[in-house]
Amino acid sequence: MKRIETDVIIIGGGATGTGIARDCVLRGIQVVLVEKDDLASGTTGRNHGLLHSGARYAVQDVESASECINENRILKKIARHCIEDTGGLFVTLPEDDPEYHHALIQGCKKADINCREISVTDALRIEPNLNPTIIHALTVPDGTIDPFRLAAANILDAVERGGTLFTHTKVTHFLRNQNTIIGVCCHDRLKKETFEIYAKVVVNASGVWGQNICKQAGIELKMFPSKGSMVIIDYRINNVVVNRCRKPADGDIIVPGDTVSLIGTTSKKISYEKIDEAVVDDDEVEVLLKDGEKLIPNVSKTRMLRAYCGIRPLVAVSGKMDGRDISRGIVRVDHEERDGVKGFISIAGGKLMTYRLMAEMTTDLVCAKLNINKACTTHQIPLPGSEQKSSEHKQIKRFSGIPKSIVGSTHFRHGERAHRILQKDRKSYGLICECEMVTAGEVDYAINHLFVNDIIDLRRRTRVGMGPCQGALCAYRAAGHMAQHEATHEEDAAKMIIDFFEERWKGIKPIFWGDALREMEFTYWIYQGLFGLGNLISGSRGSGKGVETIDEIRNF
Amino acid sequence: MINLENISFDHCIKCTICTGYCPVARVTHLYPGPKQSGPDLERLRIKNPELVDASLKYCNNCKRCEIACASDVKIADIIGRAKWKYSKKRFSLRNILLTRTDLIGRVATFFSPLVNFITRVAAVKFFLDIFLNIPSKRRFPKYAYKTFRGWFQRNKNSQMKFDRSIVYFHGCYVNYNDHDLGKAVVKVLNALNIGVIITREKCCGVPLIANSYLKKAKKQANHNIQILGKAVESSEMKIVSSSSSCAYALKYEYTNLLELDNTRIAGHIVYISEIIYQEFEKGNIPNMKPMKLTAAYHAPCHLERMGGVIYTIGILEKIPGLELKLLHSECCGMSGTYGFKNECYQISQDIGSELFSKIDAIKPDLVITDCETCKWQIEENTGYETIHPVTLLSRAIEKVKRH
Repeated sequence: MKRIETDVIIIGGGATGTGIARDCVLRGIQVVLVEKDDLASGTTGRNHGLLHSGARYAVQDVESASECINENRILKKIARHCIEDTGGLFVTLPEDDPEYHHALIQGCKKADINCREISVTDALRIEPNLNPTIIHALTVPDGTIDPFRLAAANILDAVERGGTLFTHTKVTHFLRNQNTIIGVCCHDRLKKETFEIYAKVVVNASGVWGQNICKQAGIELKMFPSKGSMVIIDYRINNVVVNRCRKPADGDIIVPGDTVSLIGTTSKKISYEKIDEAVVDDDEVEVLLKDGEKLIPNVSKTRMLRAYCGIRPLVAVSGKMDGRDISRGIVRVDHEERDGVKGFISIAGGKLMTYRLMAEMTTDLVCAKLNINKACTTHQIPLPGSEQKSSEHKQIKRFSGIPKSIVGSTHFRHGERAHRILQKDRKSYGLICECEMVTAGEVDYAINHLFVNDIIDLRRRTRVGMGPCQGALCAYRAAGHMAQHEATHEEDAAKMIIDFFEERWKGIKPIFWGDALREMEFTYWIYQGLFGLGNLISGSRGSGKGVETIDEIRNF
Repeated sequence: MINLENISFDHCIKCTICTGYCPVARVTHLYPGPKQSGPDLERLRIKNPELVDASLKYCNNCKRCEIACASDVKIADIIGRAKWKYSKKRFSLRNILLTRTDLIGRVATFFSPLVNFITRVAAVKFFLDIFLNIPSKRRFPKYAYKTFRGWFQRNKNSQMKFDRSIVYFHGCYVNYNDHDLGKAVVKVLNALNIGVIITREKCCGVPLIANSYLKKAKKQANHNIQILGKAVESSEMKIVSSSSSCAYALKYEYTNLLELDNTRIAGHIVYISEIIYQEFEKGNIPNMKPMKLTAAYHAPCHLERMGGVIYTIGILEKIPGLELKLLHSECCGMSGTYGFKNECYQISQDIGSELFSKIDAIKPDLVITDCETCKWQIEENTGYETIHPVTLLSRAIEKVKRH
């Protein structure tokens, strides 16, 4: 059996896991990151992508609010290309308690969040599509953050500095030496390969799945999974984050994210057994659309692209079932201290916003265990792609000759790394995805540098299939391109397309009406009418879990 | 910021049939096609107005994409509005000369022999090519001496004797270039026992719209809505135009693209051949002499967009002796001012080349088309005389009168 030795194993390729990998590598610690699916395929990639200013927490939880605003300021410097500094509004509707508005101003003051009251007229000037009946408005330094890019940039930096990444690789069991965890045994689903990794410290950064991981190590870590659902709108209905100024509740935010807008979020308890098959419920969609419309009336006239849900990893600190022990904050557990299991750390809770802080806290503990005395630098060193502050305008000028829409989109997604993608060769900027302007060059770059195994991975690294047609045309082009460049086998490509559409279909089902329905009819016409892919899938597991084996297709 | 009333791009299901029908995308890679330029990029332009592509300028506004669209997306309007809204406004003397039809027309008709002479001098053409980017290979339309309106004013008393009247929107081409077409319209309508009224109209705005001078176009459109609205107020009177693009602009572009309220006139506007066709259907057919001609008919894009081609064919079929050959539905490439721009000239010629060779293969006695700019393109490239259907109709009627 293959055997790898390293300093630290990180389980989980979300924002926290990739953040820890980067932090470790920057402090000179060798790391191997193991992810059972793909980067940002769990909770990281399933939130509304809000770069919190902290204002949302300023009334109830000043500590969280301060954490957010500090990280907000740091991320704006180190992760420029993952962030859009849109600004945010808190608006009070006539039916909302105006007291909350004043409480929010006070809370923001305490947490040092730059919050300014503006007139309703000014608010409507900033965001013309806003409900004109609002009675109060506040500006806050909210923004948007792309979690896929964030995780990819973190791990890219870690790998370029010597780290190792295994995606689609599951931890099967822990390797122990009495009370000390000395490594993990893994199975690579794509290569059908089992191997062992030995390390001095194992970090469990698998979020809500951390309960299972701990169980494998014989430790109890109780999660209280809470489901949050969101709806994506076809285009950017707003250019500024719009929050409803009331106590946190369902459907109180609309976030612009790249070319779309999202209505968020609901909160529903689900049982731990259901975390892998959570779906958006009809009543959640209803609430989101109803409340979304109150913030921006045009929501009702617009096409929905999809709905999805993520699972918040809320942790019970002491392992008790008592609700009061549930923490919404960051939970770092040194299992040596708590459970007497050496060489094992769990990090959970927190938010996407605080991923870097969580990584810093975890790496500090790792360093303590390894007797390394090095300070964290992740708040200073920019992520790959964010090294320089450069406007889209400058880039467009620099790459004159290539359509502006392509230069702008590529730069938006990859920051400075766009220089490695954009070439004035027409073949290179030929489009794979026309809705989101993903070029052949960008797909090549993603395949070669961003750990892409199938089109679902590719979607997370670029934006292939995230536009209005949800991959109806680009999935085939992307698969063809990958096969042509030997990034996949031709027969794997067919399976890959099926899985991709299975995954897309999951998100479309909850909003299956109007133009989304017409779109799907067209998609199905190509899928089944033209290519007959439905015949291929019968008998397949169609699990939406990436490429399995060529043999599986041969057996159909 | 987005005007939320204009979100038809949201209905695009990316079937790409529009790009299949786009004459420009078929001949050049410089234009990515209507789907990409319209609904796809509109989402990006909403996100960041800087992401507007230079390729938008290659859209010739033929509207074939809108005919093809199965989702009722106003693709050409999206592109037209994007050109105006997001593109940098640059001063272009050429575009001003090409679009200010009333101003240029008024001056040119006064000195028409001189203008017609110098626009044919090679040195002048060379100069226009170098300094104004107007292709020297293009032939300019000839200007008439004085205006059609002047002629009409002198003869308007003869229009009083009819029971029914109609407002004739003659357009710039009739007024400044082709009085004969205007006279033919009057003659045919009179033969149908309909009198003609003319208002103090301005250019309908099509060239301004195509070149993104929407502000100026709006001004002229408002003027026309006022003046035409007044003329047909509280009556069933129709407004006819002998130019398919003018009729299209008055009826549809004013509201769809310019976002003006044209309800006062929209229901009244018809293209000339529809009125004539309706009269023919009622049995009101003037005597016509056999023409003994083979004519090839080319349907202009904007007439197709309006669904008016069937009427023109209907009236041509009533002309005795005329052997009518219908040409395959395609764009001629001229598209108004499009073919008069250096950057679009080759595209314009490439689009039209199939049409030209089909006409050459038929070897007709003449070509018929409803649009003046199609006429220029066909005449320049095939050498066949190209006339308006109403002109042919008036010739048939004229023959009877002489006997």
